[in-house]
Amino acid sequence: MKNLPPLTPMALIGLVGVAAFIVLAAFAPWLAPHPVSEVVGGVWDVPSADALLGTDNIGRDLFSRLVWGARVTFVIAALSTAIAFLIGVSLGFYAAVRRGWIDQILSRLNDLMMAIPTLIFALVVLAVLPKNMVVLVLVMATLEATRVFRVSRAIAADLVGLDYVEVARLRGESWSWIIVREILPNALSPLLAELGLRFAFAILFLSTLSFLGLGVQPPIADWGSLVKENKDGLLFGIFAALIPGAAIAALVICVNLVVDWILRKTTSLKGARRNG
Amino acid sequence: MADILLKVTDLEIKAGDATIVDKVSFDLQKGRVLGLIGESGAGKSTIGLASLGHSRDGLQITGGQAELNGRDILHLSKRDTRLLRGAAVTYVAQSAAAAFNPAHRLIDQVIEATLWHGLMSRAMAIERAKELFALLGLPDPENFGDRYPHQGSGGQLQRAMTAMALCPHPELIVFDEPTTALDVTTQIEVLAAIKQAIAKTGTSALYISHDLAVVAQVADDILVLRNGRMVERGSVDDIFNAPREDYTRQLVSMRQSEKPAREQARDSLLSIKGIEAGYIPGIPVLQDVSLDLGRGETLAVVGESGSGKSTLARVVTGLLPASSGTLSFDGKELANGLAARTPETLRNIQIVNQIPDLALNPRQTVEAILSRPLAFYFGLKGAALQSRVATLLDQIELPHSMLGRYPAELSGGQKQRICIARALAADPKLIICDEPTSALDPLVAEGILDLLMRLQAEVGTSYLFITHDLAIVRAIADTVAVMLGGKVVRYGRKAEVLAPPFDPYTEKLVASVPEMRPGWLDEAIARRPSPRRSS
Repeated sequence: MKNLPPLTPMALIGLVGVAAFIVLAAFAPWLAPHPVSEVVGGVWDVPSADALLGTDNIGRDLFSRLVWGARVTFVIAALSTAIAFLIGVSLGFYAAVRRGWIDQILSRLNDLMMAIPTLIFALVVLAVLPKNMVVLVLVMATLEATRVFRVSRAIAADLVGLDYVEVARLRGESWSWIIVREILPNALSPLLAELGLRFAFAILFLSTLSFLGLGVQPPIADWGSLVKENKDGLLFGIFAALIPGAAIAALVICVNLVVDWILRKTTSLKGARRNG
Repeated sequence: MADILLKVTDLEIKAGDATIVDKVSFDLQKGRVLGLIGESGAGKSTIGLASLGHSRDGLQITGGQAELNGRDILHLSKRDTRLLRGAAVTYVAQSAAAAFNPAHRLIDQVIEATLWHGLMSRAMAIERAKELFALLGLPDPENFGDRYPHQGSGGQLQRAMTAMALCPHPELIVFDEPTTALDVTTQIEVLAAIKQAIAKTGTSALYISHDLAVVAQVADDILVLRNGRMVERGSVDDIFNAPREDYTRQLVSMRQSEKPAREQARDSLLSIKGIEAGYIPGIPVLQDVSLDLGRGETLAVVGESGSGKSTLARVVTGLLPASSGTLSFDGKELANGLAARTPETLRNIQIVNQIPDLALNPRQTVEAILSRPLAFYFGLKGAALQSRVATLLDQIELPHSMLGRYPAELSGGQKQRICIARALAADPKLIICDEPTSALDPLVAEGILDLLMRLQAEVGTSYLFITHDLAIVRAIADTVAVMLGGKVVRYGRKAEVLAPPFDPYTEKLVASVPEMRPGWLDEAIARRPSPRRSS
């Protein structure tokens, strides 16, 4: 990951945004003025010195809940994305390298999974299974993994045909060597971009699930749950729900800006070979 | 002089801080052809494009002048440049197949620029195009233009593109390596057509090529370029008979080497019997191929693209299992397909690919690339591994400082040397060389061939050498197989194969290889019984 592309202003905004989010998540206990479920005032109070962004639907400090929510959102989105990549990349690379019937079986099973609308699949599974973080992370990871599988299989299928991979096969190298040493290092840049995108989608997906009541369960809350809890305030002209909503939007945009920046690097790598 | 068409003075083109073309000056008289010759990076294409008033993205013309008929063409407005191109100056690209739009008929594309400039009516332009098709020896000139690009061969498209360039009665045509992507037997047809068309229409041309033997046939004068600088300029006769610079002398004396023929065939290392193989069941690419390769010898397999020579290499490596026939190696039967071969067999058959860029993992250093086969096959570690890697670098004549480099930091020739060292690291009995020099500049390619020959003498490795170039065959082969359409049409010791009496295909092949002297093309055309107009 040497020679990063030149930092554009947009990339800088994205990096700052993502960094702020991670700081918020990592240092929540020190940054949040109040514990997550402490009632500090009345219902939907206006901002004050004690509650910087006002209070929520049962009088808790909205700013504190936003800070704690960043932590929950980050942990779940990061874990599910990481697991999705572990499953998706290894199966995707394996399918691309082995080709033939192994590829057919894995790819068609993946198509089957992708044929079911993500949200409906998640709603059904989460409604049946116990509502806890582990199940939530695993369900999200499984659904994300289908997309990661597609992308990584496509990237690897391009690389498998190259002469240096054939030379490794002729040498008699094992599949694991070919995947880890020959393919993975050359697939890192596009995969990194995909990782960023998937992370952004995971945040959105988690927010959706929480908004629908199937994600993070009270009393703790991620940003999606905060929107859900405070949405009724909109009817009375209280904008508490918009603040976590805006936070989600800002974070996803920031992640996308960073991804764009990394993708510039990927394409400049590909364009490095010139003729003439 | 009044009859100077193009006058370039102190042309300087830069990409950022790097100088691509450094103070190049030349002039081109009306009705003459100037050949620009040099290896990749010499700046010849850049100069050719500057003659069209164009520079590629990222390049800036920072100094000098280019005048066409006394008119400065480097500082024209966008509008004037557009009026110049496709009318007074036209261009023929290296790959016509990529330059034509596959969705339109050839005739519409051939006359497009002429119509755009309003030089002729549509009917006149079509008439002119048909004349040019006939002049260029295209089949059925009346109706050839109704074809779509996919209905023409590479050689036909290249000639159609020449017709496109000639159509508006231009003053200057820039040919940018027009025959480089073609097979030799097609190249001679296209060269002859281009030469005749230029002569008949009296057009001036810049002819860009890396192949001096080709340029010598078409050009009146030659400008030798290297690293963006002029090396030498002179008439074709001067360049060949009295070259002034060392570099020119090297270029002229190239491709003359010949490996002395061994009398007796040695005992067989690789024996191929009745092989049939293909990619789609029922459509064999190789049919009944039987060949033998002696220990410490070189078997050259020659043929044009599509003849099945690379497929044969894939069958021997085991990447493509044969559907019938047997292979035997070192006295034992060779398993059909990679999975069934023992590590010992795999070690003994190594490969050197055509394009070194694709054959080296861009994320591994030279040290990692060379160490792996040593560790994998021989379990070498630590100091023993390091000293063996150092020996390999000595063998391929690269300094030890290369160890920490990535492939992107090496030149094409250095990369190919690393590929050879990687094959050598396995201490194999057979190295399959699949066109190892065709992606390299001529002088670099000569260095690679010399290296391969020296290693064969030192280590005794056998080569199965795939090539389309008969000059290489002369330089390296002991045994030669000529392939056509998946079959071996001629096979034997080099002296027999390359001497008459020939079969028709081999004769055509031998006659098509450009010789390093002016006038070869005219003789070759005169020698042929009837010019074939269809390839």
